[in-house]
Amino acid sequence: MAPTNQTTAIQSGRLTARQYDKNFCDLHPLLTEKQAAAEAGRCYFCFDAPCMNACPTTIDIALFIRQIATGDTKGSAKTIFSQNIMGAMCARVCPTEQLCEQVCVRHDSEQKPVSIGRLQRYATENAIIENRQFFDRKPDSGKTVAVVGAGPAGLACAHRLAMHGHQVTILDAKPKPGGLNEYGIATYKALDDIAAREAEYILGIGNIEVHYQKTLGQDYTLESLRSNYGAVFLGLGMAGVNQLGLDNENLSGVINAVDYIADLRQSDDYATLSTPERAVIIGGGMTAIDMAVQIKLLGSRDVTLVYRRDQNAMKASPYEQELAQTKGVNIIFNASPKRLIGENGAVSSIEFVRTKTADNGQLSDTDETFILDADMVFKAIGQNFNATPITSDQKLNLKNHRLHVDDNRRTSLENVWAGGDCVSDGEDLTVSAVNDGRIAAIDIDQYLSTSNKKEGV
Amino acid sequence: MADLSADFLGIRSPNPFWLASAPPTDREVNVERAFQAGWGGVVWKTLGLDPHVVNVNGPRYGAIYAADRHLIGFNNIELISDRPLDVNLHEITAIKKKWPDRAVVVSLMVPCDEASWTSILPKVEATGADGIELNFGCPHGMSERGMGAAVGQVPEYVGMVARWCKANTNMPVIVKLTPNITDIRSPARAANDGGADAVSLINTINSIVSVDLDNMAPYPNTDGKGTHGGYCGPAVKPIALNMVAEIARDPETLGLPISGIGGISTWRDAAEFMALGAGNVQVCTAAMTYGFKIIEELTAGLSNWMDDQGYTSLDQFVGKAVPNVTDWQYLNLNYITKAKINQDLCTKCGRCHIVCEDTSHQAITSQVDGERHYQVIDEECVGCNLCVSVCPVENCITLDQQTTGIDARTKKPIDNNYANWTTHKNNPAAV
Repeated sequence: MAPTNQTTAIQSGRLTARQYDKNFCDLHPLLTEKQAAAEAGRCYFCFDAPCMNACPTTIDIALFIRQIATGDTKGSAKTIFSQNIMGAMCARVCPTEQLCEQVCVRHDSEQKPVSIGRLQRYATENAIIENRQFFDRKPDSGKTVAVVGAGPAGLACAHRLAMHGHQVTILDAKPKPGGLNEYGIATYKALDDIAAREAEYILGIGNIEVHYQKTLGQDYTLESLRSNYGAVFLGLGMAGVNQLGLDNENLSGVINAVDYIADLRQSDDYATLSTPERAVIIGGGMTAIDMAVQIKLLGSRDVTLVYRRDQNAMKASPYEQELAQTKGVNIIFNASPKRLIGENGAVSSIEFVRTKTADNGQLSDTDETFILDADMVFKAIGQNFNATPITSDQKLNLKNHRLHVDDNRRTSLENVWAGGDCVSDGEDLTVSAVNDGRIAAIDIDQYLSTSNKKEGV
Repeated sequence: MADLSADFLGIRSPNPFWLASAPPTDREVNVERAFQAGWGGVVWKTLGLDPHVVNVNGPRYGAIYAADRHLIGFNNIELISDRPLDVNLHEITAIKKKWPDRAVVVSLMVPCDEASWTSILPKVEATGADGIELNFGCPHGMSERGMGAAVGQVPEYVGMVARWCKANTNMPVIVKLTPNITDIRSPARAANDGGADAVSLINTINSIVSVDLDNMAPYPNTDGKGTHGGYCGPAVKPIALNMVAEIARDPETLGLPISGIGGISTWRDAAEFMALGAGNVQVCTAAMTYGFKIIEELTAGLSNWMDDQGYTSLDQFVGKAVPNVTDWQYLNLNYITKAKINQDLCTKCGRCHIVCEDTSHQAITSQVDGERHYQVIDEECVGCNLCVSVCPVENCITLDQQTTGIDARTKKPIDNNYANWTTHKNNPAAV
């Protein structure tokens, strides 16, 4: 049924089943064979291809596109997976317009880069669906590695370690693998249960044991892992959610965007999700955009995204901003939340103060304020790394509140590596996490093959 | 506006575009549609003696494509007309009567004996047709029966049949040549010696377009077996242009009219054939790919180009490029060129660098001062044109002539005097 004026401030089932289906369909449908061939034909097969160098996992893009053009989709998938085992998900979530496609020579010359992301999805889709395993495991090394976190970094690391013949044990706090791919990415970027299917595909190489719902610091300690396994990889992600630091933040309707998105991702019936008539999202990153777009698609009438800095400072790409605006999200720049106003214990509006950015980038409040009515306020101002479970008994160096690692993703502790969002100097991208996991695994393999330490379990 | 009307052997047509002898000219209904669309003439699909031939019921055509599935090469195993002779003659008569201003030439192929040829000629002449074209080119099927290319590959036979025809008809005789030989000038000379009024070329080239790797058979195939066909379409144009030029500049056939055929798809292709000496052109594959409407582009394009060039009639540019076709030995060895990359147009794809580096002369940088930058190294560049050929951006790389100073590669001063291989010191036969 279409929304009517009689709807209450928060209610579920604002749309018909058909509308939900339409709203949450594939943002960019899978290319057909003909479309893929035509698009692949646009690639110049550049020397020292800029796209490849712009890819955090250095996928040989020119080669995989040529393989598509010549009808060797299988070979194309292998080219991608050999550098990035999460190539299927990255094809959907990578900000390609800021990475490979931005440096495509056809972007400069005709403002129309080769659609690398969509071609990568085309190449990888069938391999995942048909569970085509391209990589063999080397003979059993007798060495064991513990991987904490089954997100992109952890899965990529585990896969590469398994290829090298090591026995891998993954521990994850959640009931499913995939990390943010499973719980965090916008639904319309990860349809058809792709995150779960991809995780299953990656684990399909074998010799990887996964223990779900095991939380570091509660169910086991880093110290125990260090002594029981030859090496440890930490792909912990960022479990903490930044808070606004305002009074009344515990009003009902004031919600962490990541929690709502996780519920949305795990929902098999969008009509059961509480959906506000008026939604305000605070933040300027991908989570804020994903939240704003999805709440709009769930049927919220007024959706406003408020970011405290100016448009240029926004972490979400211009492409993502445009997507949000196209879907009907109103974006307000240079406004910072000041006061949450509630009625009967539930949020009803939120007051903002206008900010200004000085030439030196310094942000300051002005005297101007305004109030937005809101039935729900979604906080999307970033996550933080909670180091307590691992630093309480272990001497791990931090940098910028995250784990400090070297070029090989080694931490300051012997036999402990780390990667993904939990390490400093990262790009907070799925593809960077995959890269961290792969680099760490290669170094761990080196370490294990040269260490004479007797490995126990 | 330029006058496109053509006079080829006295056969007049409102434009120089004829449809070549092939399926588009097989029947009255097709030719009627062609003339309505504006084609200047047709060479009627090859007639033979009754009983008429039969075609396979499997696929007759195959194609190869560019990346965007633009057809660039086309192959066929169709035989000559598979309809009774009388039906064809009747339709030719009707068409010529209805369209007196259009050229109607009839293609013929009968067994290689004088009686067969002398018997069919009067019947064709009675239709009012403007001329005949002897099909000595068809490379498949008919050649197995001693006709088509089987005749065209023996210059003596070419001359002999031309002579029979000239002796037995008043119609102009055009001999259509097969490219499936080593030197196209031999059959052209034979045709000329036999009294033929003109040659037309090229017919199709022996070909297998692809192989079905699942069934290990040529593709397309009939019941799992394939045979070579005749290749045509845009891909064969360079081969045809060369053969036309070879005949046009051959002193033994100087002045022999040529009807140009082979991959002509655009007005520009037609202009190129005519510049190399073709008095008119014949088109088939382009029509079979897009339909007859392309004649509008062909005539408009040719006319506009002629206007831009100041040509008012076809004869003003026909053959104009022939004097500039020469033997390698006469090319000016003192003419020095260097590639130059226009940095404003360069997309930095690097293809020029890698092909030069891997396969040629290591004459293009990949980096300058640590930046991705493609620049010609004059000390290494031999001016081969490989970079120009592979650059995806038109006019981004050019070959610039060097007329003064020192050639950075050879360290020799530029000599603006013409000098060729015949007098070069490295030539053992130098005079």
